[in-house]
Amino acid sequence: MTTTATTIGQVDWEARRGKQESMLAMTWRRFRRHKPAMMGLGIISIIILGCVFAPLILGFDQYNLPLAVRRQPPSLEHPFGTDELGRDLLMRIWVGGRVSLSIGVSAMLVSILIGTIVGSTAGFYGGWTDNILMRFSDFLLSIPHLFALLLAAQIVRTMNIPELSGGPLPIIIIIGILSWMGASRMVRGQFLALKVKEFIDAARVSGARNSRIMFRHILPNAVSPIIVSATLHIGNAIITESTLSFLGFGVQPPMPSWGNMLKTAQSQMTYAPWVAIFPGLMILLTVISINYIGDGLRDALDPRHVG
Amino acid sequence: MTRYILRRLLQAIPLLLAISIAVFALMQAIPGGPLAAYENNPNIMPEDLERLKDELGLNVPVHLQYFNWLTALLRGDWGTSLVTQRPTLVEIGERLPNTLYLSIIAFVIALAISIPIGIISAVRQYSWFDHVMTTIAFMGHSIPVFWFGLILIIIFNVTIKNPFTGGPLLPGGGMYTIGATASLEDRLTHLILPASLLVIHNLSGHVRYMRAGMLDVLLQDYIRTAHAKGLKERAVILKHALKNAVLPLVTIIGLEIPGLFNGALLTEVIFSWPGMGRLFFNSIERADYAVMMGVLMMSATLIIAFGLITDVVYAFLDPRIRFE
Repeated sequence: MTTTATTIGQVDWEARRGKQESMLAMTWRRFRRHKPAMMGLGIISIIILGCVFAPLILGFDQYNLPLAVRRQPPSLEHPFGTDELGRDLLMRIWVGGRVSLSIGVSAMLVSILIGTIVGSTAGFYGGWTDNILMRFSDFLLSIPHLFALLLAAQIVRTMNIPELSGGPLPIIIIIGILSWMGASRMVRGQFLALKVKEFIDAARVSGARNSRIMFRHILPNAVSPIIVSATLHIGNAIITESTLSFLGFGVQPPMPSWGNMLKTAQSQMTYAPWVAIFPGLMILLTVISINYIGDGLRDALDPRHVG
Repeated sequence: MTRYILRRLLQAIPLLLAISIAVFALMQAIPGGPLAAYENNPNIMPEDLERLKDELGLNVPVHLQYFNWLTALLRGDWGTSLVTQRPTLVEIGERLPNTLYLSIIAFVIALAISIPIGIISAVRQYSWFDHVMTTIAFMGHSIPVFWFGLILIIIFNVTIKNPFTGGPLLPGGGMYTIGATASLEDRLTHLILPASLLVIHNLSGHVRYMRAGMLDVLLQDYIRTAHAKGLKERAVILKHALKNAVLPLVTIIGLEIPGLFNGALLTEVIFSWPGMGRLFFNSIERADYAVMMGVLMMSATLIIAFGLITDVVYAFLDPRIRFE
């Protein structure tokens, strides 16, 4: 008697692990066929390695200002030239990349988390819950994003909390809470489609509570589009951070980010254009790689999606 | 059609009210309130501050403040800029035409370019033209707008010189040369760079939706029928396919209207264009509350109005909508 019960209740982890690996392997096999995505993966790996290791290996002291070599055009010694305080631009880009990339990933986590919670609640419960949540998201979508971001940044700034001002944390939160709407719609759509499936009825009959159905039964089935959307969110968050920092409402110097490097570059474009060119090129390269990876993931994870 | 427009107009009122409440609440959320700038000013005594608060109606309960603000707004009293001491409505009135002038020209050019590109891309799917265009559209989606503006300035203002005068090829900012006599040429040369930036900002999305819409329509049965009737390819595409293929583009334009304001803000800040986006940016920098609220309300109204226009265009293109 007990033996049968355990056989039925017990999960065959061996088989399941085998199946999962083949699932991953399948995704990877499909992903590898997408050439731009593979190239994006290569470029983003180089950028991440550079950001993590270049300052460690070559050493970086942001208060050492060799003013004698300021605003030097690109050369062998300084491949991207030097900035207005004589700092090597390439090294600043690596250090700034740490800030920009971590803000991009963290802001994505915040917005995907909010988007998933809002979207799954709206899609699962429907009715007036759905109505209120979706009207609210429509409302946020109808405000110009940048206006809302600037206003939020200004509110945080006037709060005047010394530990937070100029650092990355307020930017992460602001971007996160103002960019979840797309993700929430997508998750809601998934929930609407999945909640009428038979396996959900089966789960309900077997006595599963709502939260269990939502997060253990439906959500895992919606994980592929969430991963794709999360990837694209990173790229958008990086652009948003750089825009805010460029306008002076984001990360404040001396902490470098790709955006605030461009802010200082704007006033010296006429005689030191390289200071403006390279950080932006880095943003473009990063975001385009991330977006191509997202594209490749979409093709790899969703066989129905064409084009 | 008139009933449809009237119904949509009525639906806009609660939305505007909601936005006005949100704008008012946001202003309340800013610590210090509208007189924060005066609090650290040694020339202003605490009793003066109290008097100012009384005069501005800041000593009454919040809901009354909101009500007073809203009625004043409807009467056309949008407050006074703390920086220039001029009425907000005058400030906005000066800047709004400049923004519309720039944005509408850029918008029309972007449409005029993206519709043919989208059509050709779809009709010749997977040709080299399609590959180049989809790649460019993909890049346009990944490029930081403000940086591209800087690059335009570096190329056309800093690097390339005018072969006749030796000066910069194109001006890098402003709407016209200050002090010079007004001329069409001067206006146009100042328009080229900011308008190009906005066109590029809008282009990539439009091309993608036009292409996708066209690809969708080309698979429909009625297109095969049109071909079977022996119609010329050009007639099939321009007469039969285009009208339906353009629908997704109209939808996305409706959704992207708030995005146009983002583009306008960045373009105006980069090219020192005296428009409403830069007015908003400056008002935030200087904590000029009346102007900030004014621009927000004006933008919200414009967004709703343009949204209405796209809905009407949509209903005009797709009669099914009107009977919903």
